[in-house]
Amino acid sequence: MRVIHHPILNENRQNKKITFYLDGEAIEAMEGDTIASALLANGRKVCRYTRKNNEPRGIFCSIGRCNDCLVTVNGIPNVCSCVTPVKDGMNIKIQKGNGEWEALT
Amino acid sequence: MRKVNLVVVGAGPAGLSASIEAAKHGVKALVLDENHKPGGQLFKQIHKFFGSEQQMAGTRGYEIGTKLLNLAKEYGVEIKLNNRVIGIDDHNTLAIIDNHKYSEIRAKKIILCCGATEKPLAFPGWTLPGVMGAGAAQTLVNIHRVVPGEKIIMVGSGNVGLIVTYHLLQAGVKVKAIIDASHKITGYGVHAAKIKRAGIPIILRYTVNRAMGTNQVEKVELIQVDKSFNKIPCTQISFDVDTICLAVGLSPSTELARMIGCKLYYHPKLGGYIPMVNQYMQTTIEDIYAAGDMTGIEEASIAMEEGRLAGLACAISLGYISDNAQSQKALENIRSNLSQLRMGNGKGGIING
Ligand SMILES: Cc1cc2nc3c(=O)[nH]c(=O)nc-3n(C[C@H](O)[C@H](O)[C@H](O)COP(=O)(O)OP(=O)(O)OC[C@H]3O[C@@H](n4cnc5c(N)ncnc54)[C@H](O)[C@@H]3O)c2cc1C
Ligand code: FES
Repeated sequence: MRVIHHPILNENRQNKKITFYLDGEAIEAMEGDTIASALLANGRKVCRYTRKNNEPRGIFCSIGRCNDCLVTVNGIPNVCSCVTPVKDGMNIKIQKGNGEWEALT
Repeated sequence: MRKVNLVVVGAGPAGLSASIEAAKHGVKALVLDENHKPGGQLFKQIHKFFGSEQQMAGTRGYEIGTKLLNLAKEYGVEIKLNNRVIGIDDHNTLAIIDNHKYSEIRAKKIILCCGATEKPLAFPGWTLPGVMGAGAAQTLVNIHRVVPGEKIIMVGSGNVGLIVTYHLLQAGVKVKAIIDASHKITGYGVHAAKIKRAGIPIILRYTVNRAMGTNQVEKVELIQVDKSFNKIPCTQISFDVDTICLAVGLSPSTELARMIGCKLYYHPKLGGYIPMVNQYMQTTIEDIYAAGDMTGIEEASIAMEEGRLAGLACAISLGYISDNAQSQKALENIRSNLSQLRMGNGKGGIING
């Protein structure tokens, strides 16, 4: 759920809509979202699964410090989703373990 | 390699204040921050600050952030974003990842203002998505404008727990309860009163026993504790929640200071290990200074004064102002602002969350 009206902060006027891909599925986001906030706004809380026990992890610190929110972006693993702005057409993968580097084109 | 007189690591309230103060006296200051936006934790602080008028009390954190950014611009401070300092060699050469590329900068003086990280709390299920720092929830609602969940419980009744609960309310999410293992509310009365007026229960002498859920938090089980914080059997109660916010304190981000060999010491009231600094905010390494949360968790207003102190001390030691009675008096003024703030707020006001 997005915070639109606020007693102190400005109205969160709807920014330009963009589309990114999560494991191939097209998902809508707003320009200015981080990857993690865009996922959360779409009700997705899991960013990755751990290497040893395949346990889910999501946002913990939201300031780029704890590495719980790592995802694979455009073939590059271990990107901190909470501090990386989401871009139109981005390919995001919920990361499994250490993730995998894909051939960069 | 680029050479500068002063590099400030971190563009939070401490780093911005340090660079502005130094620039006021003619030092060309370069600020590096790993984020894509400056301001550190300030822009998420939408409440009014305490302190005296001179220390910008009565002003909201994000307004202070805007003021600092304007001042930095006015005084010609250079701020480079997406620049993470990953090490400091021979005490003066900074190793930097500048927008994904490695680079180095040599600085005569360095002020470290790296801030702090939220502390976790370990209980079964604490790694489930939906368990997060209270500051993370604050960042989500006030910066990213997305709510962390719909049914929230806050752990910790210190100032961060109380303030963030209020911020969540302002964002339109009702916090089910605030819990604390302590037998009394640990934050300021004014903040607690606002929460009580909003009808949010503050449950004392309870802690989290476990978080339950398959892929994310679905339920939290609390348990009562006695005076020595031992769990009392058969006192479990549970709530259906999707988010557990932890406001159990912050720890200073001392990685860089530790790596370069600044001497640290343990100060439990200030958040754990912190670099030793003298009355100029100078660490045990001559050219390295430190200020803000990383020298002890206090508040943004204190971080700003500490930053100013370090900035002024660097301007003096770089020879931009002469070290005379007048400049010593200017340093003394900042120190007296600091002790006023500390007296007014109680040192380490937000340390326990
Ligand atoms: C999530 C969170 C919420 C908070 N909310 C409140 C609140 O509501 N009220 C309150 O009084 N206090 C709050 N605090 C405490 C807060 O830290 C202080 O109020 C104040 O922001 C401290 O200022 P600072 O400049 O020391 O650190 P910060 O504001 O944290 O700034 C540090 C900056 O340094 C940067 N940095 C760190 N390491 C590096 C590196 N190696 N290279 C480059 N850049 C680096 C960081 O990106 C950051 O921008 C909060 C803290 C956190 C972590
Ligand atoms: S949530 Fe901690 S690094 Fe992103």
